[in-house]
Amino acid sequence: MAEYHLNTPLNEEDTRKLKAGDVVYLNGTIYTARDAAHARLVKLLENGEEFPFPIKGSVIYFVGPTPPKPGDPIGSAGPTTSYRMDSYSPTMLKHGSRGMIGKGGRSQEVKDACKEYGGIYFGATGGAGALLGKQIKSAKVIAYPELGPEAVRELTVEEFPVVVVNDTYGNDLYQLGREQFEVKD
Amino acid sequence: MREVEYNDIVEAVKNMIMTTATNLPEDTLEYLETAYKEEKSEVSKKVIAQLLENAKIARDEKRPLCQDTGLAVFFVRVGADVRVVGGLLKDAINEGTEKGYTDAYLRASTCEPFSRANLKDTVGYNLPAIIHFDIVEGDKIEIEYAAKGGGSENVSRARVFPPAAGKEGIINYVKEVISDAGGNPCPPITVGVGIGGTFEKACISSKHALFRDLGTKNPDPEMAELEEIILEEINKLGIGAMGMGGTKTALGVHIEANPCHIASLPVSVNVQCHSSRHTHITI
Ligand code: SF4
Repeated sequence: MAEYHLNTPLNEEDTRKLKAGDVVYLNGTIYTARDAAHARLVKLLENGEEFPFPIKGSVIYFVGPTPPKPGDPIGSAGPTTSYRMDSYSPTMLKHGSRGMIGKGGRSQEVKDACKEYGGIYFGATGGAGALLGKQIKSAKVIAYPELGPEAVRELTVEEFPVVVVNDTYGNDLYQLGREQFEVKD
Repeated sequence: MREVEYNDIVEAVKNMIMTTATNLPEDTLEYLETAYKEEKSEVSKKVIAQLLENAKIARDEKRPLCQDTGLAVFFVRVGADVRVVGGLLKDAINEGTEKGYTDAYLRASTCEPFSRANLKDTVGYNLPAIIHFDIVEGDKIEIEYAAKGGGSENVSRARVFPPAAGKEGIINYVKEVISDAGGNPCPPITVGVGIGGTFEKACISSKHALFRDLGTKNPDPEMAELEEIILEEINKLGIGAMGMGGTKTALGVHIEANPCHIASLPVSVNVQCHSSRHTHITI
C-alpha cells in the first residue's frame, strides 16, 4: 500500500503507477456528476458537441451534497453508489477522463475501460461526508443548474483522500481485500 | 389524564433530528474506536480512522455526518394516560421532522416512487416521516428516532422460511444477505434481524432492532447466543470497512424475536450503516 499526492488533471504516467489499495490525496479541480448529468454528458461526447469542461485527465466525483450552510462552499459531500454510472463511464474514459470517485463495485466493462484507457476508479469513504466536504475549498455550478443537487459542479479540492479500487491492471480492491481476510471454515 | 402541548413535541422532535445529524451516538463511537484498534487490514483501519475524524468534524463544526441524511424513522410508545393538546401527535412528529431537516440544512430525500419527483415542495421537506405507534401503560410519550440512509436500506431483505430451516437456516440467510451486500451498505454495519411473527412483523422488528444501542443483548439467552454466532460468521466474510477487505464488517447483530404461526418462520434482515444515527427521548 503506497501513498501518493497527485494534482489534477491526471496524466497517464500517474495513473499507470497506481495499484489497487494505494492511498491517494487529490489536489486541484475535479467535477461532480451523477446519473442525470452523465446521461447528458455522454450524449455530448457521442454527438461531438462542446463539452462543459476539459475532459482530458479529468476526475469525476459521483456525489449529491447537502445544501451548504451560509458562508460554506458546499455541505456534506460523500460519494454515492457508483454502479448507476457503469453504462456511462467507459465513454467518459474513452474520451480522456482519467478518474472516477464513488463507492461500491463496478462492472467488468468499466474495469476493462480503466485498463485500456489508463483510468482509475477511486473509492472515497461513504458516510464521511463532513470530512470530505471540508476538503472541498470551492464549488461552482458549471452546467445543468436545473438538475439541482445533480448539476455539474467544478470543485477545488485539497488533499482529498481516496483509495485506488480499480487500477489500470485489472485489479479490484473489493475482491482482493475480501479474499485476503475471508475466513473459510 | 396528563396533557402535553403539540408544540412541545414539535420542538423536541426538531432538536432530536438536528443533534443526531451531526453527533454520532456514544455507543457507535465507542464501537468504532474498538474496531479501529482491532482491525487487521491497513486500508480498513485507515477508513475507520476517517470515520472517527469525520465524527469529530461533524460534531465540532455542526456539519451533517453524511450527505444522505436519510428518511426519518420513529418508534413511538404512547402512554394510555396522556393526550396531546393542540393537534395530532402524528402531525407534531412530521412538523418537527420538517423543521429539523430544514433548519440543520439536511438533504430532503423523499420522492415519488416512479416519477422520482422530490416531495419537498408538495408533501413537505423530507416528509412524510415513517412512524410506528404503540400504546403502553403510563402517562409518558417515548419517541425513538433514527435517520435511515438509502445505501444500507437497499441491501435489506426478508423471507418466510419453512419451520424446518431453524437456526441454521437463519444464520446462512443473514450471511448470504451481508455477503451479497459487500461494501454498498457502508460497513462496519449493524445488522437487525427480525425473527418470527408474520411477514411484516419480522420486518418491523428487524428495523426496531437497529434502534438498540450496541453492546446491549437480547434478553433471551438463546437469542443472545445467536446474535454472537451470527456476528462472528459475518466478520469471517472479510468484507471490511467500506468493502475494502478486513475483519470488522459488522459492529453488532441485534435480534428481535416474536411468536409465529405453526407453519412458518419469517426472517427479516435490516442493515444500518456505520453512520448509525439514532436516539430517544421521553416526554
Ligand atoms: S449507507 Fe449510511 S453512511 Fe453510507 S452513504 Fe448511506 S447514509 Fe451515508
